[in-house]
Amino acid sequence: MLETVARRIRVEHIMGTAISIDLRDPGVDGQVVEATFDWLRQVDARFSPYKPDSEISRLGRGELTVEGCHVEVGEVLSLCEDLRRETGGVFNAWSCRPDGRLDPSGVVKGWAVERAAGIMMLGGARNFCLNAGGDVVIRGEAEPGRAWRIGIRHPNDATALAAVVHGYDLAVATSGAYERGNHIVDARTGIPSRALLSLSVAGPSLTMADAYATAGFAMGRAGVAWVASRPGYAPFAVTDSGRAQYSDAFAELLVSDDKN
Amino acid sequence: MPTRAAVALITTAIAVVLLFSFKTPAQARPRTPAADLAQATPTTTASPTPSDSSGTTPTPTPTPSNAGPTYKDGQYTGRDVVNQFGDTQVKVTISGGRITDVQPLQLPFDRQRSAEISQYAAPLLHDEVLQAQSAQIDSLSGATYTSDAYAQSVQAALDQAHA
Repeated sequence: MLETVARRIRVEHIMGTAISIDLRDPGVDGQVVEATFDWLRQVDARFSPYKPDSEISRLGRGELTVEGCHVEVGEVLSLCEDLRRETGGVFNAWSCRPDGRLDPSGVVKGWAVERAAGIMMLGGARNFCLNAGGDVVIRGEAEPGRAWRIGIRHPNDATALAAVVHGYDLAVATSGAYERGNHIVDARTGIPSRALLSLSVAGPSLTMADAYATAGFAMGRAGVAWVASRPGYAPFAVTDSGRAQYSDAFAELLVSDDKN
Repeated sequence: MPTRAAVALITTAIAVVLLFSFKTPAQARPRTPAADLAQATPTTTASPTPSDSSGTTPTPTPTPSNAGPTYKDGQYTGRDVVNQFGDTQVKVTISGGRITDVQPLQLPFDRQRSAEISQYAAPLLHDEVLQAQSAQIDSLSGATYTSDAYAQSVQAALDQAHA
């Protein structure tokens, strides 16, 4: 198909991954993309548990109090606490690392990219896609009259798609062990989950979609039904037996091959 | 295994208790998506969903010729009950005056043991053999890749194709 829309795509490496911004509003000043990347770099500097001088690292070492941190740190920690309760302790930013250090990374990326989409909107962008290492936020249309299409990677084949969803204002996050190993553990036991090859979650906010994907993945098979019970959020899982499990709400988002 | 048996017994007890505390769907508290999924499931029977909104408990109608109680046909959503496993709610289908199906609608996940019970929610999900899709896409969702892995990814190809 001939491209009818001007597409401006910028890719920056932040938070240990690649973040792409695909802006499709011809009239919008590209400065908004720069401002969004700047803010994401600030978040990385403030929240990374891998940077010794980040506020999170200093907080973890007791050199800072929450009150002494940027207001966003309190916001993220409050989100971590809500999620710890909602997951019955499966997600726990205070006990997910072997050394027991504070690590809110499980929610920071989703939260930051959702916020970044808000910055884009404030800057006048209406039709764009943000992709942060496989976690996606879409706004508006891909081109006039056409919804965005987001593929979900096949867990066993980097070039194949397990599913394709479409929508206008939507977030899709995926958790799995196929990129960086068994790094997602149930914080109650410290044991990595192997029952699912991947768990994708679609919904209105990437903050929650990302958090639910991580926590649901750690729960194993029970996590699929657990995500399905979160109001507004829809799971799509690939199990270790090669089956796809998804909710009715997710089925409504699916693009089937015969519709193309 | 004794623990498993005990859990099964407790679950059965919850279901039995709920049978006597029906609420009609119209009175059920705001429905969760899980409840919507369950109620959207087509039933094989042609029994209507009771629309009576006045009574909280459909009274079993005794039949002279039958010693056991019979119930009005339809689907009933149980009251949301908080028990030691968390929040629990069930849907009961009655057909020909008999209970033909009991399905969990809302399941707990706020206690360690509840993980086992939550497995019962599986019928709410589509479950099929994974099939590769070939639709055109604008972006790709997957487990977080490292900065280095990005270079070889489909997302990098998508970004380059249109930049």
